[in-house]
Order: sequence, then structure tokens, then C-alpha cells
Amino acid sequence: MIAVVTGSTGVVVLVGAVFLACAVEMVEALTIVLAVGHTRGWRSAFEGTAVALVVLAALVALFGPALVRVPLSVLRLVVGGVLLIFGMQWLRKAILRSSGLKAMHDEDAIYRAKVAELASAGAAQRDRIAFVMAFKGVFLEGLEVVITVLTLGTSAHRLGLASTVAAIAVVLVGIVGVVVAKQLSNVPENAMKMGVGVLLVSYGTFWTGEGLRVRWPGNDVMLVGFVALYLAVTWVLVAYLRHERRTREVAA
Amino acid sequence: MTGDRRPPLVWRLVKGFGQFWWDFLIGDTPELFVAALVTIGVVAVLSHLWHLNGVAALALPVLATAALVLSVRRAVRGERRR
Repeated sequence: MIAVVTGSTGVVVLVGAVFLACAVEMVEALTIVLAVGHTRGWRSAFEGTAVALVVLAALVALFGPALVRVPLSVLRLVVGGVLLIFGMQWLRKAILRSSGLKAMHDEDAIYRAKVAELASAGAAQRDRIAFVMAFKGVFLEGLEVVITVLTLGTSAHRLGLASTVAAIAVVLVGIVGVVVAKQLSNVPENAMKMGVGVLLVSYGTFWTGEGLRVRWPGNDVMLVGFVALYLAVTWVLVAYLRHERRTREVAA
Repeated sequence: MTGDRRPPLVWRLVKGFGQFWWDFLIGDTPELFVAALVTIGVVAVLSHLWHLNGVAALALPVLATAALVLSVRRAVRGERRR
């Protein structure tokens, strides 16, 4: 009886842990793919995602047992550092545009130019940055899903169950992501870039710390704190720069 | 004949790979790249050498914020000079 209860509890804990871990990683991957798709185009975003999934599948098939031994801290440090730099680049640009110090995109003109460009370039046109961003996002998050499922599933001797739960989490978050994507498409590009910049810097800060084995107070909850911090910093910077610009214009 | 003047394929691939990462990480904001390296170095020292986890946890977002503010300030100065 005790064994049955302990076993059931173990299964519940395993299912809960794998589901939540995979859902979180899927949300993180989806955030990056959605951001890339909205700002750089869906084709390259999907291509990057598809290639990442194929490479992940190939890696799992070839090096499955070895993946578990890859030091996650090194991976997180490298990814965190790259996200920190890239996020700050996006955030900086979005702040300058919001405060009027850098020209906003003329969407109509850009749309016309893009249509003309795509019409002349045909289907062979590729967006390298979008492809790489989507690829890296899905690949690195997927790698964490694989490691989570392999470590938890193998240690509990329930690899099949862990894999099934992970697949359910990925599909569910994917469906929610598609619904959210339709709403996100109405967000102005600069606001979108600002939001993505905040998220990238937040993830970058979190993962860099994890890679350096910093113990965050509240663990993953700290991510929410970083999002709040960088949103506040962005708001203050935009407000200050707008005020300064107006003061200069009045003085002139 | 013109094909003979082109550098070898391997060299072009290596150069393209390096150029991509240069543009991706450094581009027109080298200060952010340097700031990220300094931040990682400082946090590593605080966390690993001095075992000041609390200070390291605080230093990371503070240094990242400072880097962002300084980079925006640099860009604003550049825009005004134009």
C-alpha cells in the first residue's frame, strides 16, 4: 500500500515536473520564434524552427545518452551572454525610436519596398538573422527539454511517460501560442521590439547568472522580477529622453 | 578566369561566419559587447572567488542596466552631433 502511494506520488511529481519544465521551455522558445516571425518574417522563422527540430531529433538519435552529460551551466552562460547583448541592442534601438531620437519605421513604405524586393528576388530570398535566431531559440530550449525528459524520465525509469507528457506540454503551449500570435500581430512594431528586448535581456540576465551558478532568490520567479525591472528602466529612459527633447525644442 | 581570383571556398565560409558573428554581437554597439563581458567577469569573480552570491545576484542586473543606460546616452550624443 505504502509502495503504491509512494509510486503514485512519484508519478505525479514526475508528470508535474516534466510538464511544467517543458511548458516553460516551450513558452521561451515560442516567444523567440514569435518575435522573429513578427519582426523579420514567418518563413525564415519557421525554417529555423524546422531545421532546429530536425537537428535536435538527429542529435537525440545519435548522442542521446551523451546529451545528459553536456554541462548546462556552460550552455546557459554562452546563451545568456548572447541574449544579454542582443536584447540590449534591440532595447536600445526601441528606446531611441520611442523617444523620437531615431526615426520610426514607415510601415507602408517598408511594405511596398518589401513587396517589390520579394517580387524581384522570388522565393529564394532568405533572412539569415531570423533563421539563426529561430534556430538557436528552438534548439537551445529544445535541448533543455531533451535533457529534462532524459534525466527525470531515466532516473524514475519512466522515460516513455516523461516523453509523452513533454509532447503534450509542447503541443498545448504551441496551440496557445498560435492564438496569442493573432493578437500580437496588432501590436506596433516598435512596442513589439521593446517587449522582446525586455524579455531577451531578462532571460539573458537570468541565464548568465545560472551559468555562473548564481543562486537567484525565488529561483525562476526572479525572471518576472527582471522583466519588471527592465520595463521600468525602459519607461524611465523613454520618459526622460522625451522630456529632454521637448525642453531642447522649446529652448531652440 | 575570374573564378581563379576568388579566395578559396573554405576561407570565404570562415570569413562569412566571422563577419556574421561580428555583426550579430558587436555591430555598431561595441560598448554593449564589452559591457556584457565585463559584467560576466565581475559576477564570476563575486560568485566564484569571493563567494558573495547575494552581491553577484544584485550586480548582474545592475551592471546590465548601467550598460543599457550608458549605451543609450552614447547614442543620444551621437544623434545630437549630427
